[in-house]
Amino acid sequence: MILYLGRRLLGVLGVLLAIAAVTFTIFYVLPSDPAAAACGKACSDERLEAIRANMGLDAPLWRQFADFVTGIFTGRTMGTGQYALHCDFPCLGYSYENSEGVWDLLVDRLPVSASLAAGAAVLWLALGLTAGVTAALRKDTLTDRALMVGAVAAASLPVYFTSVLLIYGLIRLTGLLPYPQYVPLTSDPLSWASNLLLPWLALAVLYAAMYARQSRGAMIESMAEPYIRTARAKGLPRRTVVVKHGLRAGMTPILTIFGMDLGGLLAGAVITESLFGLPGVGRLFYGALTTGDQPVILGVTLLAAGFIVVANLAVDLLYAVVDPRVRY
Amino acid sequence: MTTTTTPPPPVHAGGGAWRAVRAEIRRRTSLKVSLAVVALFVLMTAAAPLIASLGGWGPEEFDKSAVDPYLGGLPIGPLGGVSAEHWLGVEPITGRDLFARVVHGAQVSLLIAFAATAIVVLAGVTAGIAAGYFGGRTDTALSRLMDLTMSFPSLIFMIAMMSVARDADRTLLMILVIGLFGWPGVARVVRGQTLSLKHREYVDAARVGGSGPWRILARDILPGVAGPVIAYTTLMVPGMIATEAALSYLGVGVRPPTPSWGQMIAESVAYYDTDPMYFLVPSVCLFLTVLAFTLLGDALRDVLDPRGSRT
Repeated sequence: MILYLGRRLLGVLGVLLAIAAVTFTIFYVLPSDPAAAACGKACSDERLEAIRANMGLDAPLWRQFADFVTGIFTGRTMGTGQYALHCDFPCLGYSYENSEGVWDLLVDRLPVSASLAAGAAVLWLALGLTAGVTAALRKDTLTDRALMVGAVAAASLPVYFTSVLLIYGLIRLTGLLPYPQYVPLTSDPLSWASNLLLPWLALAVLYAAMYARQSRGAMIESMAEPYIRTARAKGLPRRTVVVKHGLRAGMTPILTIFGMDLGGLLAGAVITESLFGLPGVGRLFYGALTTGDQPVILGVTLLAAGFIVVANLAVDLLYAVVDPRVRY
Repeated sequence: MTTTTTPPPPVHAGGGAWRAVRAEIRRRTSLKVSLAVVALFVLMTAAAPLIASLGGWGPEEFDKSAVDPYLGGLPIGPLGGVSAEHWLGVEPITGRDLFARVVHGAQVSLLIAFAATAIVVLAGVTAGIAAGYFGGRTDTALSRLMDLTMSFPSLIFMIAMMSVARDADRTLLMILVIGLFGWPGVARVVRGQTLSLKHREYVDAARVGGSGPWRILARDILPGVAGPVIAYTTLMVPGMIATEAALSYLGVGVRPPTPSWGQMIAESVAYYDTDPMYFLVPSVCLFLTVLAFTLLGDALRDVLDPRGSRT
């Protein structure tokens, strides 16, 4: 188990390094010159060179990348002479736009995206699994058909459409909910939840529909297994049979998808964040794109990749908990 | 997985599978409808200028007489300016014809989605068959590459690549960028299927009979892989359409004035309560296309890949 974990963690580091390298190459090779942008319009050649040297842009690409990677682990001093700036341990550089540390920016925005992702995930798991299991247990009845038709339709709804519908119905028409504004969980949990409920719903509809479809299939398959018959024959209550024997075995494929979805959601919620004006990581990324702020772009990409990789690892470890047949 | 009321008919090799597909189409009304919707939108993709010209307006043609300058440029008339002249109404402010725009938008959106799907299937099938059939180092290297590609935060990466390459051909770039991240899914399905086929008796027989690896791949493995791939591909198209819409929505896709559905939605979101029709037209098109492809893919999977080779 420990050996397995160590090997996997090494793999995670390798993947992250590879992603950093690819991102780095793409964004630093392609034609856009942050030095020229920093220098302004009336810029002499010498001054441009000086800025470029100060930003470390005159070094060869591999050198820049090596500096970047060492900076993450040890921190580094950026620039020279009077412009020197020390960047502490998880150093991802400084934003070209406002000279704030990229790490600080990320830490600042992360709670918003994490709240959005976590709430939506709870909602869609609850809705999706309930609908899927209900449909599976009542296979080929009217309930089953209605639930599945609803799920196909909901899975096809564009998120823009769902969001606008929710905004219109729950805010404009009835005034049931406030227009979403981020309130930190620590300062007022109730207001946090009521503000985020709308974006949660908007995200959850799509995923819940997909999970309902998936879990119905998985559940039908696992309920047909011989051990279910055994469990029933030994006189276990129906509830125990369904939850402990059926659902537990059917969960493994769902868990895989859940890990991928949740990991991807941190950055994948760019559209939801922009539709509801939430100041999360997605917004930060989008803002950085429009201004060509490469350190921030690189930082968000790495963070997002990190989440995907870690979520996948967590899921693989969870297999052993959910499915007793899995051993590492 | 959706609305199977009876277990799908057993699949026979060769022409039998297609007969089963046809039987399934006859049996399910929803399938007929989705086939019709898909056909309609494919027709739009193929002949957009022709269809749009039926309405008599070009997609980039302004019609100031259809909007009311005293109402902030809102369309004149009911339902966002629906009239004999403008079948689906007009855009606020510019007065561009929505029918012409949505038809041309279908061409852009679906062309990108189809081309990206083609790339994904080609790359995925090649990589999957190679990994599954040759095994060993080829398999290790390709599987690692798949894992790596799947770890990329794809949407973020696509957005970034689209916005960095400012001068490239938008449509072509979008096809390549979307295609780049989709192939591992197909490759995994194909790899698994190839692994299970590779040691079947008929493949061994072909090998003993003196067929070379290329002949075996083309004649024996590829047909066996085709069913699941077709089902998976159909289910993949909606995702591709949605991705194109997302990129265009965020303003990194095709450039205005060329219309695409995502871009039309982005422009019309602000008008959702003053001119709902403007927002509804592209949204409903997107919804219908995605729905039709999902239903079609479900049915194809029930018939062609009953056990579900997806993990």
